[in-house]
Amino acid sequence: MNRTLTLSGVALIILALAPQIFPFLQFTLTIAIAKGFAALGVALLLRAGLISLGHAMYYAIGAYAAAFMAQKLGITDFAVIMIAATVISAFFGLVFGLFLVRYRAIFFAMLNLAVSMVIYSLASKLYGITGGTDGLRVAVPTIFGMELSKDAFDGVLYYVSIVLVVALGYLIHRYLKSPLGNALSAVHSNEVRLEYLGVSAWSSLLTAYTISAALAGVGGAIAALSIGHVLPEYAFWTESGHLVLTAVLGGIAGIAGPFLGSVFLELIHTIAVGFAAEAWNMIVGVALLVVIFFLPRGLFGLFERLSGQKATDGEPKL
Amino acid sequence: MSEVLLKAENLEVAFGGVKAADGVNLTIDKGEFVAIIGPNGSGKTTFLNLCTGYIRPVSGHVWLGDQEITRMAPRQIARRGIARAFQIPQLFTDHNVIENVMLAIASREGIWQAFTALDRPKYRAEAMELLELLNLGDYAETMAGTLPEGLRKLADVTVAMALRPQLLLLDEPTSGVSALERFPLMDTLMKAMKARGVTALFVEHDMEIVENYADRVVVWNAGTVMAEGTPAEVMKDPRVLENVVGIV
Ligand SMILES: Nc1ncnc2c1ncn2[C@@H]1O[C@H](COP(=O)(O)OP(=O)(O)O)[C@@H](O)[C@H]1O
Ligand SMILES: [Mg+2]
Repeated sequence: MNRTLTLSGVALIILALAPQIFPFLQFTLTIAIAKGFAALGVALLLRAGLISLGHAMYYAIGAYAAAFMAQKLGITDFAVIMIAATVISAFFGLVFGLFLVRYRAIFFAMLNLAVSMVIYSLASKLYGITGGTDGLRVAVPTIFGMELSKDAFDGVLYYVSIVLVVALGYLIHRYLKSPLGNALSAVHSNEVRLEYLGVSAWSSLLTAYTISAALAGVGGAIAALSIGHVLPEYAFWTESGHLVLTAVLGGIAGIAGPFLGSVFLELIHTIAVGFAAEAWNMIVGVALLVVIFFLPRGLFGLFERLSGQKATDGEPKL
Repeated sequence: MSEVLLKAENLEVAFGGVKAADGVNLTIDKGEFVAIIGPNGSGKTTFLNLCTGYIRPVSGHVWLGDQEITRMAPRQIARRGIARAFQIPQLFTDHNVIENVMLAIASREGIWQAFTALDRPKYRAEAMELLELLNLGDYAETMAGTLPEGLRKLADVTVAMALRPQLLLLDEPTSGVSALERFPLMDTLMKAMKARGVTALFVEHDMEIVENYADRVVVWNAGTVMAEGTPAEVMKDPRVLENVVGIV
C-alpha cells in the first residue's frame, strides 16, 4: 500500500511537471484528466457489474452547465462554476438513476444509451438554451474576482484539476472501502444475499450512480473551461463507449486506473494525429486486446506490479 | 407461558398447477429449535421463501411477534429480525469470508456509512469471534467463492447469525455434507445457536438428525403440514412413517 502511494505520488509529480517541460502537453493532459474523472465514474458502476453506455451525457451536462452559467447567467467565478456543474450533473444522475438502477446487464447498458441519445438530441435542438449544433462558447472565468488571460487560466485549471484528482480520488477511495462501497461489488456477486442482509441494492446503486454522474460532471466542466466551447457531440454515444474503453483499459480496481487509461489514450491520440492519423483506431484496438488478454486488471495491474503489490483478493476482476 | 415468535396462517401459493403451499399453519415460540421434515418438492423451501418475502402468498398471513410481515420485501423482513441460511449458500464470492461477515455486521448498524472503513477493528473482532464459534476461524481470509461446499454452507450460516436475528431459518444445513460429518456439523451449529440464544427453524431430511437435535418436528407433505409434535410423537404416526420416512 505504501509503495502504491509512493508510486501514485511519483505519477502525480510527473503529471505536474510535464507541462513545464513540454508546454504543448498541458492541453492534452487537462483533457485526459477531465475524461479520467468520467471514466472513474464509469468504473464505479463496473464494480457493481453495470456497464453504462451513456455516461458521456453527464460529462456533457457538466460541460453545458459550466457554459450556460458563464454565458447566460453571467456567473464567472471559477469555483462557483465548478461546484454548480458538479451538483447539476449529480442531480441529473439522481433523477435518471431513480429508474435506471432498477435494471441490470444489457437493459441497463441500453437504457443509459437511450437516455444519453435523448440528451444529445436535446442539446442539438434546444437552440435557446444550448446553442443547438453550434454549441456554447465558454468565456474565461474569474478566480476570486481576478480576471486572467486564457493562458494563465489554463495553467491554474491544470493544477486545480490535479488537486481535484487527489482530493476526489481520496474520497472515492474511502467510499469504496466503506460498507456502502463494498455493497457495490456485493450487488454484483450476490444481490439476493445483500437484500437478505437488509440492504437495499437499489439505494446502494443509486448512490453510486449519482456519484458517478457527479464525477463525469466534474470532468465535463474541466473540459468545457479548457476547450472554451461545448458541443452536443460531448454526449454522443461514441464518447460513452470511449469512457467504458478508458475504464477497462486503465483498470477498475483502483482510483488510478481510469486516469492511467485516460492519459495513455490521450497521449497516443495526440501522437497518432500528428504522425499517422489513420493508425489511431488500430493502436487503440491492439492496446485493448493486450489488456484483455495479458492485463486483466488493466494498466492499473501494471502499476501494482511495479509497486510490488500483488493483486489483492477483495477487489473485483474484470 | 411461551411467547409466539413466528406465526404463519393459511399460506397458499401455487406454481403452475403445483400447490407449493396449500394452507400452511405454523407457529414457532421464542427459544424453540424446530425442524421441518418432508419429501423433496413438498414445499419446505417455499415456506421459507414465503416467510422472508422472497415470494408472496396468494392468500394467508405471516406475523413476526405482533407485527404482520406478509408481503414485505426480504430486506424489510431481514431488518425486523429474520435471517436465513440458504439451501444453496449465498455468499459474496468476490469478498473473503470475514468480509462477508463484516458486511452483515455493518448492515445491522445501517449500511449508510460511506467514509468509514468496512474493515475496522470493532467489526473484525466481532466477525472473528463468530467465525471461531462456528469453527471457521482458519478460513477468515479465504475468498468465499473458493470455499469447499460444506464450509460454504457454514459460512452462509455465519453471515446469517452476524445479523443477530430473533429467528434463524436454516435450509438443509447438512445437505452436501458426508454422513460422517453431519453430527459434528450439527453440534457446531447447536453450540453457536445456544451461545447466541437464537430461535431457529431448520429444514432437514435426515430423521436421525431431527431426533437428536430438534425440540419439535413439523412434517411437511404436498405443501402443507401433515403432522407435528416431539420427534418421538411424530415417529409413531403411521402417516409419517409411510409418507416421509418411507421415502427419504
Ligand atoms: N420459483 C418457483 N417457480 C416454479 N416452481 C417452483 C418455484 N419454487 C418452487 N417450485 C415448485 O414448488 C414445489 C416445492 O418446491 P420446494 O419448496 O423447493 O420443495 P422442497 O424444498 O420441499 O424440496 C416443487 O414442485 C417446485 O418445483
Ligand atoms: Mg428445499
